[in-house]
Amino acid sequence: MITFIKQNKKAVLLFILVVLNFCLAAWGNETTNGAAVVNHKNKIEIKDFAFNPPTITVKSGETITWINRDEEPHTIVSVEKQFKKSPALDTDQQYTVTAGAPGTYSYFCSVHPKMTGTIIVEK
Amino acid sequence: MKDHNHILHNVDSDGIDRRGFLKCMAWAGTGVLWTVSGGVLVSKTLAEIAKAGASLPAARDLSFLQISDSHIGFSKEANKDVTETFRIALDRINAMPTPPSFLIHTGDITQLSKPEEFDTFDEVLKNCRTKDVFYVPGEHDVLNDGGKLYRERYLKSVGAKGSGWYSFNKNGVHFIGLVNVLELQAGGLGQLGDEQLQWLEADVKALGADTPIVVFAHIPLWTVYPQWGWGTSDSERALGYLKRFGSVTVLNGHIHQVLQKVEGNVTFHTAMSTAFPQPAPGTAPSPGPMKVPAEKLRSLLGLTSVQYKQGNTALAVVDSNLS
Repeated sequence: MITFIKQNKKAVLLFILVVLNFCLAAWGNETTNGAAVVNHKNKIEIKDFAFNPPTITVKSGETITWINRDEEPHTIVSVEKQFKKSPALDTDQQYTVTAGAPGTYSYFCSVHPKMTGTIIVEK
Repeated sequence: MKDHNHILHNVDSDGIDRRGFLKCMAWAGTGVLWTVSGGVLVSKTLAEIAKAGASLPAARDLSFLQISDSHIGFSKEANKDVTETFRIALDRINAMPTPPSFLIHTGDITQLSKPEEFDTFDEVLKNCRTKDVFYVPGEHDVLNDGGKLYRERYLKSVGAKGSGWYSFNKNGVHFIGLVNVLELQAGGLGQLGDEQLQWLEADVKALGADTPIVVFAHIPLWTVYPQWGWGTSDSERALGYLKRFGSVTVLNGHIHQVLQKVEGNVTFHTAMSTAFPQPAPGTAPSPGPMKVPAEKLRSLLGLTSVQYKQGNTALAVVDSNLS
């Protein structure tokens, strides 16, 4: 009986840890049209087939927004598939993600793979 | 079809402009090369061709047409009516005295892979006298679904394998459609991938070295300008399998301008778009759509006509614009 409770407690603890970990690591995402005003400190502009700035440092839980200023569609794809791939963004369309767990994340445009960028997530 | 049989620029007063020169040389099938935009291309002489036994019946005369980069759905400054210029391109095909046997579309039918963009393309294409069309996707055709919709629409009838590659024979000429716009790697170029390359090796294995080969794919299968992603990382391996053939013609799109290179028995050629031009390699901050004065636009859009003449080694590749 004692052993059972102990195991159960372990399971509960593990469950809490998993949930907590999930909350920390989860990357949220949404796509919007350019009509919405970008009023965001973590803003990445896509222009002339490049991410600007190419490296951005954010805090976990903060949002990051890309806006496409090219006449060519671009995508934002995590190299290690750590956050959801954006749909193809047409001119002035935006894509927003919420930064997950601390770490360094590489991403690229799957349409023009020469275009690469890095997100550094701090605690 | 209006062709450039008159001289546009007669710089050296020799009666030959650049286009005329390209045309002559393409017809003559000689391996002379010209420099384009700061020496991107290198010249080589066409090697003597070793003939071997043929597995296909001897190739007979054949003419077909390459059309590329329609970008239906694009409506920006560089061309506000790409459907209209596509229609004009089809009018040119319909006006040809001898219609081509078939068309090859080398990708980027649409701007954003939208079903309604494909619908518009298909609807306009119905006006074309030539009904037989072979397709390979461009990156704009496979943006959100990995090419599923594209394969269903354009590659079912040809029994395409994997992400959409296939081959077929016409008049003794062997045609190979390749896909180099999917599962691209961060930092990389166009890519064929192992599975497709293995298929290619097997596909050409039984063919005699004198079978004329035509390879078509969206992104150039030669390194045009890697800084802009204009090349295919594993194209060398593909060309390795084709080395023993006496005549290989590689037709690509993607870069919206005519570039040609001859290397040994291989002629590489890129076609104009029917939608908008793109800058010459390295002449702009990015390869985005190039805005030109309205009256100049149609001179930078066009089609590519390809002919195989029995007994000739190289296929004749002739570009004509829409002006």
